Amino acid sequence: MEKLLEEFSLGLFFWQTLLFLLLLWLLWKFAWKPILNAVNDREEGIKNALQAAEDAKKEMQNVTADSENLLQEARAEREKMLKEAREIKEKMIADAKEQAQVEGDKMLKQAQAAIESEKKAAVADIKEQVATLSVDIAEKVIKGELSDKKKQLKVVEDMLGDVKLN
Amino acid sequence: MHRFLKTVSSSEMRKTFLKSFLLFSVLILSQISFGKEKEDKHGEEGHGKDLKTEIKEYIHHHLQDSHDFSLFSYTKENGEHKYVGFPLPVILWDEGLKVFSSAKFHHGETLAEVDGNYYKLYHSKIYRTDANGTIDYDESHHPTNIKPLDFSITKNVVMIIVTGLLMLWLFSSLARSYTKNNGIPTGAGRFFEPIVLYIRDDIARPNIGEKRYKKYMPFLLTIFFFIWFLNMFGMTPLGINVTGNIAITTALAILTFLITNFTGTKDYWMHQFNPLGDSLPWYGKIPLYIILVPIELLGLIIKPFSLLIRLYANMQAGHIVIGSLIGLMFIFKSWLGSPLSFGLAFAIMLIEVLVALLQAYIFTMLSALYFGFASEEHEHDHEHEAEVAH
Repeated sequence: MEKLLEEFSLGLFFWQTLLFLLLLWLLWKFAWKPILNAVNDREEGIKNALQAAEDAKKEMQNVTADSENLLQEARAEREKMLKEAREIKEKMIADAKEQAQVEGDKMLKQAQAAIESEKKAAVADIKEQVATLSVDIAEKVIKGELSDKKKQLKVVEDMLGDVKLN
Repeated sequence: MHRFLKTVSSSEMRKTFLKSFLLFSVLILSQISFGKEKEDKHGEEGHGKDLKTEIKEYIHHHLQDSHDFSLFSYTKENGEHKYVGFPLPVILWDEGLKVFSSAKFHHGETLAEVDGNYYKLYHSKIYRTDANGTIDYDESHHPTNIKPLDFSITKNVVMIIVTGLLMLWLFSSLARSYTKNNGIPTGAGRFFEPIVLYIRDDIARPNIGEKRYKKYMPFLLTIFFFIWFLNMFGMTPLGINVTGNIAITTALAILTFLITNFTGTKDYWMHQFNPLGDSLPWYGKIPLYIILVPIELLGLIIKPFSLLIRLYANMQAGHIVIGSLIGLMFIFKSWLGSPLSFGLAFAIMLIEVLVALLQAYIFTMLSALYFGFASEEHEHDHEHEAEVAH
C-alpha cells in the first residue's frame, strides 16, 4: 500500500482524467454517436426489410389463394353456365317438339276435317251423279224397254212382283 | 525487489537508466554491444553491482513513468552515453508555474536550474534541492526534500495523447465510412465494428438492460478501446507502461465510481441504506443494519478499488514477468538457457497479448455490471407507479 501511494503521481492522475474526459467527449460527438446511430439505422433497415419480405410473402400467399379462389369460382360459374345452357337447350327442344306436335296435330285435324268435308262433298257429288246417271240410264233403259209392249208388261210385272215381296 | 531498490544510490540509478534501455534495445540490436558495455561499466565503477541487480532495476525503471521519451541508449567507444529519444516539457507548480524542458536534467545526470531553484530527478520524481543536488533521507530512506507539484507532460501523458489521437482518427473515420458507404464499414472499420457491436450486445445490453444501456455506451466503448490500445502499446519494445500505472487506473476507476453513483436510481440508494427492504419490521433491522449498512457503503468503494488494483496488478505483473524472462537470457548466457528463456518470454508475450484484451474486457464488463446495479429499477416499483397512475 505504501509503495502504491509512493508510485501514485498526482500530475499523471490529473492529465489522465483531463485527457480521458476530453477523449470521451470528442469520441462521443464524432465517433460513438454516428457509429451507433448508423449501426442502429442499419439494423432497423434490416429488420424492416425482413418484415417487408415477410409481408410480401404473406401478400403473395393471399394473392395465390385469391387467384385460386377466383379460378375455382370461374370454373364453377362455367359449370353452372354450361348446365344452364344444356337445360335451356333441352327445354327449347322439348318446347319445339311439343309445339310441333300441337301444330302437327292441329294441321292433321284440319287436314282430316278438310278431307272429311271433301269426301262428303265428293260422296254427295258422286251420289248426285250416280242418281243423275241412274236416272239417265233408267230413262234410257225404260225408253228401250218400253219400246216393246211385251217388255213393258214384263217390267210392270217384275215391279209388281217386287212390291209383293216387300 | 523493493528493498533492494532502496539501497541503490543515485549514481547507480543513472547507470541503471542507461543499462535498462540498453537491455531492451538488445532485443533489436545485438548482444555484443551489451557484453561490451557491461565490461566498460565494471571497468568504470569497479564495484560489484551484478547483472541480476541491473535487470531488477531495469524492470523497475521500465514500470515507471519518465520525464523524457527515450527509445534506447548506448555507450560510445569513449564511454559517453548516447540517448536516442526526445525530451518532454516539465511543468511544476512550486510557488509559481515553472515550465522547462526535461533536457535540462540530462536524464537525471544534472540538476535543472529554473528561476534560481534547483531541481533534481531522483527515482523518476522531481525534488527541489540545493545547488549541489543533495537529497536528504529520513530513517526509512525516503527523501525529505520538497516535492513540487508535478504536472509534467511525461512519457505516459504523451502515450495517452497518442492513443487518444489514434482512437479519434480510427473511430471518426469509421463513423465517416458509414455515411460514405451507405451504412457499411470499410477498411479497419470492418475489424472494429464487430468489437463495438460485441460491447453493445454482450456487455452493455445484458448487464445494464435494454432500456438504459444507451447512455452508458460512449463511456464503455471509450474505456474499452483506451485500455486495450494502451495495453497493446505496453507490449511494444518502447518501454511503455501506462495501464500498469496506479494513477491511470485510479483515474479510470474513479470515473466508473462517479458514473455509477451519479446515475444511481432511487432503488439503488434504497438498497444501500435499506438492503433488507420490507422483509423485516424496523426494530428487527436495527441490529442487522449496524453491520449491513457499513458493509454496503464500503462495497461502493471496494468495487472501483478492485477495478483499479486488478488492472494495475495484471499489467504490472505482465511487464515484470516478461522483463524478467528477457533478463534471464543474459543471466544464462548459454546455448541452452538463453533460447529456453527466449521461448518462455515469447510464450508469455503471447499470453500477455491475450491478457491485454482480457483486462480491457474485464474492466469494461465490470463497469457495465456496476452501472447495471445502479440503474436497476425493480419490477414492483413499476407496478406501484402503474397503480398510482390509475
